[in-house]
Amino acid sequence: MSEIEIRNLTKKFEVKGMTVTALDNISLSIEKGDIFGIIGMSGAGKSTLVRSINFLEKPTDGQVFIDGTDLATLTEKEFRKKRSEIGMIFQNFNLLEQKTALDNICFPLEIAGMRRREARKKARELLATVNLSEKEKSYPSQLSGGQKQRVAIARALATGPKILLCDEATSALDPQTTESILSLLREINEKLHITIVIITHQMSVVTQICKKVAIIDNGVLVEQGDVEQVFEAPKTDAAKELLFDKKVRYSPLDILHEARKIRIVFNENSSYEPVIANLILKFQTPVNILKADTRNVGGRARGEMILGLPESQTLQEEIISSLKERGLTVTEVEEDV
Amino acid sequence: MFDAKVVAMILTGIKDTLYMTLVSTFFGYAIGLPFGIILNVTRSGGLHPNKVIYGIGDFICNIVRSIPFLILLILLIPFTRLIVGQSYGSTATIVPLVICAAPYIARVVETALNEVDAGVIEAARAMGASNLQIVFKVLLVEARVSLFSGATITTGLLLGYSAMSGTVGGGGLGDIAVRYGYYRWQTDIMIVTVLLLILIFQIIQNIGTRFSTHIDHRKR
Repeated sequence: MSEIEIRNLTKKFEVKGMTVTALDNISLSIEKGDIFGIIGMSGAGKSTLVRSINFLEKPTDGQVFIDGTDLATLTEKEFRKKRSEIGMIFQNFNLLEQKTALDNICFPLEIAGMRRREARKKARELLATVNLSEKEKSYPSQLSGGQKQRVAIARALATGPKILLCDEATSALDPQTTESILSLLREINEKLHITIVIITHQMSVVTQICKKVAIIDNGVLVEQGDVEQVFEAPKTDAAKELLFDKKVRYSPLDILHEARKIRIVFNENSSYEPVIANLILKFQTPVNILKADTRNVGGRARGEMILGLPESQTLQEEIISSLKERGLTVTEVEEDV
Repeated sequence: MFDAKVVAMILTGIKDTLYMTLVSTFFGYAIGLPFGIILNVTRSGGLHPNKVIYGIGDFICNIVRSIPFLILLILLIPFTRLIVGQSYGSTATIVPLVICAAPYIARVVETALNEVDAGVIEAARAMGASNLQIVFKVLLVEARVSLFSGATITTGLLLGYSAMSGTVGGGGLGDIAVRYGYYRWQTDIMIVTVLLLILIFQIIQNIGTRFSTHIDHRKR
């Protein structure tokens, strides 16, 4: 069995006499050592889903297995022990404001019953792991966002968990800090072999660090698979929406009224070849580049482009087949994307 | 007029006032702190919501707090006599003071604990902390500034109430103010006792504020 196994999970909330279904019959397997992304727009239910993994939200229906153990069958004591094997970090860090960085890291150890002196020794090691040794006496209010998240990560690692849940852990951070936190997470995954589950609304986070991804839309799991596969050929509207990031969409798109728009994804080999320039030379007709971007997908640089094609239907088909011949992934882009 | 006798009387008054205030604050907290924690834990959205327990606690709290202190002082005379053996004097006054302060303190504690960020509690839960651990290692630690400001306000309140108990022979500076200033028209003695009460209040408030700022690490 997988490290984390979610079976037919449904969660309903009672809000002012109305029943709201936050999660609808979700089944998901997360393998040991994975960095698994769960992505969705805000309100999609992804936070509820991650909270179900350690039962901060108890499911209305369905089961959660950690290492083959159904969480619902555990006694209170066993359950708390199990929880301590699942670390968690949050968007707002949730550090104890009245404790120093070091004491924050000692906190889960003291809860587990470790002696204070031992806890401090362990906490110092962890602070070194997250490169914050010089801040051991600082209080959270004296730390930057990135430093707070590092302390939170050290705290989450204190009890030697097998799983680390990250709930929008980089959403409150600037791009550079996000980058450094993500590379720290990758390092933790590689060195400590901890399974990491990342909840986010940022596709860039998923493409940068995750191997597998699940897309949640309106409480329903709409798409899942390898990140590369989802990135190359998104099947659902939710996936496309997240991938194209509507807000930064190229605005003159509506004005241009291109006859046909296609999205092409470059793989590593095609990145060396001047594909578009060759295309224009070959067909002696201009194509319109509506959007171009390079992303880091699973550690590899992947380019994507949205092209507006000329009006002639035959020419369109020829261009598309020529691009496909070069091993590029070509998908049609609808008007509303 | 301020002869050795009067001075000695005022000094005893100061001693009695401090005795009543501090001892009643102590016992008030001995009852009010657990009471407040129970209210906070059992309220809806608390660590362990329980409508019945919260309802009863809430009701007792409101009832006692809505009885004017002077009335409570008189109502409790039989109870005070039962516990202390007499119904007048400083020690006897402590009984109604504690009864009056405990529900007030419970509210102060309940509100202070409410201020602790729900996210921090959730984080502690995720680490496998039990409710008891969350109360003692998270709530009471994180809310300590509010708790301490609350304690300062409560001590000030009890200082005022201890003076009020002077009307029924409770001892302390309030007693002196009533006996000399009201019954004997010795305004000067009354003014001195009032000034002393103001001074003690200021000292308590100052120590409280300074200490609260000192233990707060949230902003700096």
